[in-house]
Amino acid sequence: MTRKISILPNTRLEGHGKVEIILDDDGNVIDGFFQVIEFRGFEKFCEGRHVEELPRITPKICGVCPGAHHTASAKACDAVYNAEPPPAAKKLREMYYSAHMAHSHILHFFALGAPDFVLMGEDAAKRNIFGLVAAVGRDIGMAVVDNRGYAQRIQEIIGGHPIYPVSSLPGGLSKPLGEAQREEIEKMAVSLIDFSKQSLEIFENLVLKNQELVELIASDLYRHETHYAGMVDRDNRVNFYEGRIRVVDPEGKEICLFEGADYLENIAEHVEPWSYLKIPYLKKVGWKGYIDGPGSGVYRVNSLARLNVAEGMATPLAAEAYDNLYRFFGGKPVHNTLAYHWARLVELMYASERILELAQDPQITDTNVRNIPSSKPSEGVGVVEAPRGTLYHHYVTDKKGIVQKVNLIVATVQNNAAINMSVKKAAQGLIRNGVVDDKLLNMVEMAVRAYDPCLACASHAIPGRETPGVRIYRSGKLYKRLPEC
Amino acid sequence: MNKIRMILNWGASCGGCDVSILDIGRAVLDLPNDVDILYWPVALDFKRKDLEALADQSVDIGVINGAVRTSEQEEEAKIFRAKCKSIIAYGSCACFGGIPGLANQFVGEDLIARAYREAPSNVNEEGVVPSRESERNGYVLLLPEFASEVRPLEKLIKVDHFVPGCPPSTSTVAELIGNLGAIARGDAVKKIFASDKSLCYDCPREKTKEAKRVEKLYRPHEIIAGNERCLLEQGIVCLGFATRGGCGARCIAVNMPCRGCYGWLPKMADPGAEAMSALAAIAGDWEDYMPPAKIFDVLDAVKDAVGTFYAFSLPSAIINKKRG
Repeated sequence: MTRKISILPNTRLEGHGKVEIILDDDGNVIDGFFQVIEFRGFEKFCEGRHVEELPRITPKICGVCPGAHHTASAKACDAVYNAEPPPAAKKLREMYYSAHMAHSHILHFFALGAPDFVLMGEDAAKRNIFGLVAAVGRDIGMAVVDNRGYAQRIQEIIGGHPIYPVSSLPGGLSKPLGEAQREEIEKMAVSLIDFSKQSLEIFENLVLKNQELVELIASDLYRHETHYAGMVDRDNRVNFYEGRIRVVDPEGKEICLFEGADYLENIAEHVEPWSYLKIPYLKKVGWKGYIDGPGSGVYRVNSLARLNVAEGMATPLAAEAYDNLYRFFGGKPVHNTLAYHWARLVELMYASERILELAQDPQITDTNVRNIPSSKPSEGVGVVEAPRGTLYHHYVTDKKGIVQKVNLIVATVQNNAAINMSVKKAAQGLIRNGVVDDKLLNMVEMAVRAYDPCLACASHAIPGRETPGVRIYRSGKLYKRLPEC
Repeated sequence: MNKIRMILNWGASCGGCDVSILDIGRAVLDLPNDVDILYWPVALDFKRKDLEALADQSVDIGVINGAVRTSEQEEEAKIFRAKCKSIIAYGSCACFGGIPGLANQFVGEDLIARAYREAPSNVNEEGVVPSRESERNGYVLLLPEFASEVRPLEKLIKVDHFVPGCPPSTSTVAELIGNLGAIARGDAVKKIFASDKSLCYDCPREKTKEAKRVEKLYRPHEIIAGNERCLLEQGIVCLGFATRGGCGARCIAVNMPCRGCYGWLPKMADPGAEAMSALAAIAGDWEDYMPPAKIFDVLDAVKDAVGTFYAFSLPSAIINKKRG
């Protein structure tokens, strides 16, 4: 008898997802799937809109990374109007954006990810942020809440709202930064740097000093040798706001380095007649299926991918944390999926240090923050590193700036192939001879959670109806589940 | 005192509403003192079976954010209604349809064509699109059908309280949390957690309430707006005059216009039509009389009436859906 195990809904991640595991007669895993089960349709309904409204509309794709959509959208609008923002506007956007990364990484690490490490053996009802605070102490809980609050407050000061920013528009920002606000941000940045240090120490004490967890992180259960993609600055250091996209192979060798505007020459999306999800892959390598290795077009994005494609971090404490991570694994790239969590904390440090650098930049309070567009709008691409990976916004407008076409390649979709591979591999390694319990199933979900998938983002344009999938049986055995991913 | 039993869920949403709950700060750490949260997918590991196992009417409060688009969202909303004594529609999507409601301007076939045939990143020479039935290796494969439209929660189940905003502001969330006990006890608590008066009454700008004509309309990127004067008076379409207050006027604080996320005013029959009508009445540089054609010239700056006047409310409008 074939048996199916459903994990529904996937919890402690953003959006609607579920995992399906198919077992054979002996209770061993034949296959495992990660299904995204929601739909909204942004690409189409952005057509006909005033293009300058898209930085206010597209953030609603995702309430956890709205700042990424706002910023990518504003950069696409700059390009549509060929309007370069003044230097202070670019710096303010980057400062805003660094705070955004800090918020997202704190949220994911402490509220979504860390309960798996700290409360691994606990009952499901306790395996959450409240259980985490009970286990590590209220002081740490307050530090988490306060510092994520600072990241939100910085976004609110510059963006107008702690969650949904509104202030970026073609050619710059709607408002400059005042001196009192700059001072407030500077103080909060100092606190965020301390908190980043504390977070790295917590990771070291609770995870790296726990032999069982270290073995888990290092194990083949959570490991895939893939390509990686992410944005780097001119010195090949991690950059969230501006730079070129670098792709490395599973050995760490650069295979492409391209401007965001050239994304169509480097990334393609595969379409299946029997699935609603598209699958981005490296155009140069081609789509070869859900497999590891240099011959596969599968690539990964998000924190660990960004560290893997870069040669280091641009700020001192983050650079130290970066070196520690690679020293621990003894080489680069690191293919261990659970290391995404650690990489997030390295990036938290970089984001915090970058906020402070920018808050101390004499130009940051310059009142010239906008260039009024003077050329006719046409077409533009805006790219940032969203917390969950590279994010592309591509707009075409008419000569009045009315949107004709929109194409979005969002972060999580690019990890889609890898998440499916990770679910199958973890399930096959963990579930043997029909022995399965909540703890093991949560360890399968950990393979998903490491990618911090944002299904709200992933499903911006996936037209589907949220029925629990379709099963195809062959000779009485489950042959195929749809959608397959 | 018994703890308040509460469950939370998301529909066709983005997660921003859940983040807005976390944004209340340290108070979130104290929630477990007063509230037993029995389902909340973004934060807790309770699964569908745990939700289904709750006895009918055994939960005091159910909070749902997001609109209703899919059959599963519909099913879960109905389960919530059965389990809970009070249902709260949380956020603009649950209350009015929200930004994803703009999809009601298009039929499903258009969405498919854009995503799978036209998108420039696709490699799809045969024009393959997901189809309800397709054949592969001799087997007929099936895919689910489309949901035809985005609906606000109230079109599906009875809603007891509405908390508008995209997302609700921290002050609105704090007010809601302060009222949870009263809601759980069934005491009289206001139905809509927002002001009954327009945002103009809360606007910090000096000259918001003066009677002035709007000589010329601008799109926000076309001018650098002043910080003191009413944005509408400066020619930027700001929907504050037709929108409930309660948000704290944060968009306006960074010099950007209101787009209406707290919803339309109680006396308005349709979210956008009356706002459009009111705008037409003050548009143009005139004293006694202005030829209608001139009014159209002024309003020509608005190329997207739906996106401007129904950004958050299309599914709640009188005309709310393109039929296939």
